[in-house]
Amino acid sequence: MKIRLNPRTSQKIAKVVIWSAAILVLFLLFSVIIYILSEGIPQITWQFLTQIPSDMGRSGGILSTIVGTLSVTLVAIIVATPLGVGTAFYLTEYTHESIITKIIRFSAESLAGIPSIVYGLFGFIFFVIYLKLGWSILSGGLTLAVMILPTIIRTSEEAIRTVPPMYREVSFSLGGTKWQTMIKVLVPSALPGISTGIILGIGRCVAETAAVILTAGSALRMPTSIFSPARTMAVHFYILAREGISLERAYGTAALLIILILLINIVANLLVNKFVAKGH
Amino acid sequence: MRKFGERIPQSLFFIMALSALSALALITIFIFVEGVPLIAKVGFFNFIFGMKWAPTLGQYGIFPMIVGTVLVTLGAIILGVPVALCCSIFLAEFAPRKLSNLVRPAIQLLAGIPSVVFGFWGLIFIVPAIRNYLGGPGLSILAGSIILAIMILPTIISISEVSLLSLPPLLKEGAFALGATHWQTIRSVLVPAAKSGILASIILGIGRAVGETMAVIMVLGNAVALPSSILDPARTLTTNIGIEMGYASGDHQKALFATGIVLLVIIMILNSMAQYAIRRK
Repeated sequence: MKIRLNPRTSQKIAKVVIWSAAILVLFLLFSVIIYILSEGIPQITWQFLTQIPSDMGRSGGILSTIVGTLSVTLVAIIVATPLGVGTAFYLTEYTHESIITKIIRFSAESLAGIPSIVYGLFGFIFFVIYLKLGWSILSGGLTLAVMILPTIIRTSEEAIRTVPPMYREVSFSLGGTKWQTMIKVLVPSALPGISTGIILGIGRCVAETAAVILTAGSALRMPTSIFSPARTMAVHFYILAREGISLERAYGTAALLIILILLINIVANLLVNKFVAKGH
Repeated sequence: MRKFGERIPQSLFFIMALSALSALALITIFIFVEGVPLIAKVGFFNFIFGMKWAPTLGQYGIFPMIVGTVLVTLGAIILGVPVALCCSIFLAEFAPRKLSNLVRPAIQLLAGIPSVVFGFWGLIFIVPAIRNYLGGPGLSILAGSIILAIMILPTIISISEVSLLSLPPLLKEGAFALGATHWQTIRSVLVPAAKSGILASIILGIGRAVGETMAVIMVLGNAVALPSSILDPARTLTTNIGIEMGYASGDHQKALFATGIVLLVIIMILNSMAQYAIRRK
């Protein structure tokens, strides 16, 4: 037997259920963030930020892992940005929809779905072993570059597509060449969108563990060049927490990670709002 | 500079545009080249349906991990999808504009939190709760499902919300004009109209759950035996690689690449299904 509810009653029930689902999601988000921050922030001292870990991370700070995170991310961004933005320009400005653009889009969408552990396997066998780069900042950065490529392609493509066609027409009518139009008109107008993609890519690099641990290694020494192995903050947190080396330092590292991610998200949102405010 | 700039473009951009395709090809080739010989050596059937994973004895059967992956993912979908759909309906239909502009970045933030942090949070809160109230070791399929359910929320919410928002306003106006309540409109008009986008979001959510590694390692217990209840520990395809890749060598390492092949094939099928669902609109 099917119970038929009065439409007004079911409307009320649905409203309550849907509001509570939204509240539940926000509650979960804030409980993770607040828990990590409240346990971790007291651990963050000047020494914590400026000393190299000693005794497997039991004492000392996390400076080398901060350097590791920043350098791996920098390599990834330097490699992925031109490739991703270039791909986006090719897809939007230099070609019409064809079988080639379909294949390129399919590749980018497939890359976006590949699990990070598979990127780790690939980076290990290709960069670390086959190209003989060893466990290094370079191997880790290149692996992450492949991983964030689809994000940068997608956001840049959207950003370029939303530049009104009139901008291009005006530039062409003033005698601008395709290249000039791109550099002087499209890049500046699409910049907030492109930067959002890059910033989201930075966020993914900072948060990544599985792909980096297999390619950059987990050495605690201070890296001296891009060929040095390095441990990132996320990997450091994972090892500290999983092996129960030092819970205090694990919380401190996690809190710093969360703060970084918060900042990255705030910047990305400001850029998106700027992008929207410009009327695109 | 001007002439130089005019001459490079076309071909240079084309080469750059090939980066995604070449990366995908390299990933597939290198993982298959490493893994396929071992599958051939062990036998395809024995590898996929073998019940015993004992690298020291040369036994490489991943069936318990396939079961683990399926169960954890199924649990995540059962727990996560209803909440995510309600949340996307909330954002698209119920939330005042100001509120949805605050909730949307929060959900984006949820996607940005490192998966190890989620795993750790689960280890501190979910695992002991399961151990105390439901029994078992706590490190379990249920714990993995709960953590993954949270982690797939952003994917499902954002894609479903977009597909709800991109519906023509006429649909809603028509339903209202016929005297339907807001909920009746959502349930019988909007959700059915957006169903291919919603379906795609769920498939992509499944893909995320199947592919997640670090969070699951921390709460799943990682036992290689076939689980007999959702309170048992288990191992997934991803965690098998994540745990053993650090020290594996020789055939053992190749077996982990072979596990990667299975994972890659599952993900490729899921992605193609999602892309098909999105296009079908």
